[in-house]
Amino acid sequence: MPAKLRLGVFKFASCDGCQLSLLSLEDDLLQLAEKIEVVYFLEATSRIESGPYDLALVEGSITTAADAERILQVRRDSRLLMTIGACATAGGIQSLRNWAHHEDYLRAVYARPDYIQSLATSTPIAAHVRVDFELRGCPVNRWQLLEVLSSLLRGHRPQTPTHSVCLECKRRGTVCVMVAAGTPCLGPITQAGCGALCPAYDRACYGCFGPCGQTNARGWSDYLSSQGTPPLVMIQALRSFSADAAEFRSEGDRLETLSKDTAREEATRE
Amino acid sequence: MKKPHENKPHEEHEKRSIRVEAMTRVEGEGGLEIEVREGRLEKVHLRIFEPPRFFEALLRGRPLEEVPDITARICGICPVAYQMSAVHALEKALGVTVPPELRRLRRLLYCGEWIESHVLHVHMLHLPDFLGFDGVLEMAKVRPEWVQRGLRLRKIGNELLERLGGRAIHPINVAVGGFYRAPRSDELVPLVADFEEGLQLAIESTRQIAQLDFPSFNQPYDWVALVHPEEYPFNEGRIETSDQLAIDPTEFEHHFAEIQVPHSTALHAIRTATGKPYLVGPLARINHARHLLRPTARRLADEIGLETPCTNPYRTILARSLEVVHAIEEGLEILKTYQPPRTSRIAYTPHESHGCAATEAPRGLLYHRYALDDVGKITAASIIPPTSQNQAQIEADLKALIPSLLGLPDEQLATRCEQLVRCYDPCISCSTHFLRVHIRHQ
Repeated sequence: MPAKLRLGVFKFASCDGCQLSLLSLEDDLLQLAEKIEVVYFLEATSRIESGPYDLALVEGSITTAADAERILQVRRDSRLLMTIGACATAGGIQSLRNWAHHEDYLRAVYARPDYIQSLATSTPIAAHVRVDFELRGCPVNRWQLLEVLSSLLRGHRPQTPTHSVCLECKRRGTVCVMVAAGTPCLGPITQAGCGALCPAYDRACYGCFGPCGQTNARGWSDYLSSQGTPPLVMIQALRSFSADAAEFRSEGDRLETLSKDTAREEATRE
Repeated sequence: MKKPHENKPHEEHEKRSIRVEAMTRVEGEGGLEIEVREGRLEKVHLRIFEPPRFFEALLRGRPLEEVPDITARICGICPVAYQMSAVHALEKALGVTVPPELRRLRRLLYCGEWIESHVLHVHMLHLPDFLGFDGVLEMAKVRPEWVQRGLRLRKIGNELLERLGGRAIHPINVAVGGFYRAPRSDELVPLVADFEEGLQLAIESTRQIAQLDFPSFNQPYDWVALVHPEEYPFNEGRIETSDQLAIDPTEFEHHFAEIQVPHSTALHAIRTATGKPYLVGPLARINHARHLLRPTARRLADEIGLETPCTNPYRTILARSLEVVHAIEEGLEILKTYQPPRTSRIAYTPHESHGCAATEAPRGLLYHRYALDDVGKITAASIIPPTSQNQAQIEADLKALIPSLLGLPDEQLATRCEQLVRCYDPCISCSTHFLRVHIRHQ
């Protein structure tokens, strides 16, 4: 029998939810444990072994200088590196600081900001090191996680769908919240993976899985603008749990510049 | 990579420094620093290196409807607690009261989270300490029956969260004013059989856990929890202390504060009246409200001989196990009589206002305060999670424990300290984002 795959689970700025998905695999977790040796997973075990690792699962975004160093070491120690979740793949909700004044943020939360060591940005793992595979979601879908781990164990390249949430709504038979209720929904430009949960609960998709393949973010905002949706609503929808994903970031920035220009024109006209 | 214990050689004057670089089987990342000189304990610091995420700042300017979704992301283990404290605080600001059937659904959702979070801690993170394993995977090889039972129980909690909340981690169905969609009967009723099975499993495991050996170690706690006249505390009640203070949550910030102490850069949560730390969590709740446990849980508490008030932190695993029994029992009652409510959400009109609320997260009292502008955007937010309130008490416990352990080699001493910290089920991911933790400049 071949040696077990040595797995490390590493956490950066995050909520612990994606690594918890691993523990939530329940019965499959024990079967997986027969093929995988978990040698670094602080949340789950006091067993701590140094690298090399066959596979590193990385949760969280890079927000401190120390973490920017630590991820380099994780990369050096790992044959394959897979990011899990929206923080690691798209900066997470904490990347809202990328559009704010960092000093203001520090002062808003901490009485003594000088004790806090933190970068002015929250960036995805891929902005720092080579990433072999990204698993989306806030949180990740645990069945996708299982699927990906099983593929890697078999030596296959994992496949996760990149189509939009809309397709899942249609498959599920959910009435479209945008067409039927006029609710601005991120579904048309968000990657599937959650099972189109929110529309099935009578609310708009808010983008947990980040931009889908061939995202037409411009088409999305043009349509919503034509329906009278204010720019700020669209900007805040794009700047949320996957705020630092390229397609969401650039469309949000374009809308912001546009609305500033419009405001300036109106001011000069008056 | 990081080593768990880096022991420096004993220096002159018998100075001993023990560092636990990375505590394991806790949520989030933290360590311990202990310094002993000439046989006397000089310093104990619970060190937190979890990076801050600035939730209170990033909430400003966001619409109030997003608050339950955003604050859920503070913690993947107890997102419902954040959602509950958030919606109750915002509803106070908006002057909204939810009808009894929605209130019951919220209690049901909280039951799901207590089951999921407590079972994770009891069976997967904490039991390995009592049974002598590194973690749950190692334990599964030798004691599969313990692990299988834990996994089954956790699945029951998660299934409830999935059906009622949409998913177990970061549920999507919690709205200000109620729920986005009330579940149909056929979505919830199938859970009755699972909960009946779960109740037996939870009783059985609580009995077995009660047979474990608990170190005798009692602390002069000031236990603080929500107290409700008729129900075991979840979402409502007055905040009570062990010395009879009983206040409305709106007065929380007058009676509890975070202060800077001379020996440390960490701010410590204290009672303003006494200047001393206090305890929140399962032990605090059961000390206040044992008589309000559902009948099976209450009888089980008597049967296993849990003394209340209980002041032994190692026995918190019993309080946590009894709360699992309670949550399954109460959940079962709600599920058995469930009828979809006529309306899932109460409408409101935003106006300039502010509101606060406290609810009982699995780890203890969770306080939120928000201010809104006239269109319903957040202008200020303040969040005080349970682990940041417990931090000073954890350090006080360690100070009391360590003198009795000084004869042990460093590694064993560190392990014993880590085990004490683990009794609190600390959630460092939660605490750091608000807590004015000390991240030292080297």
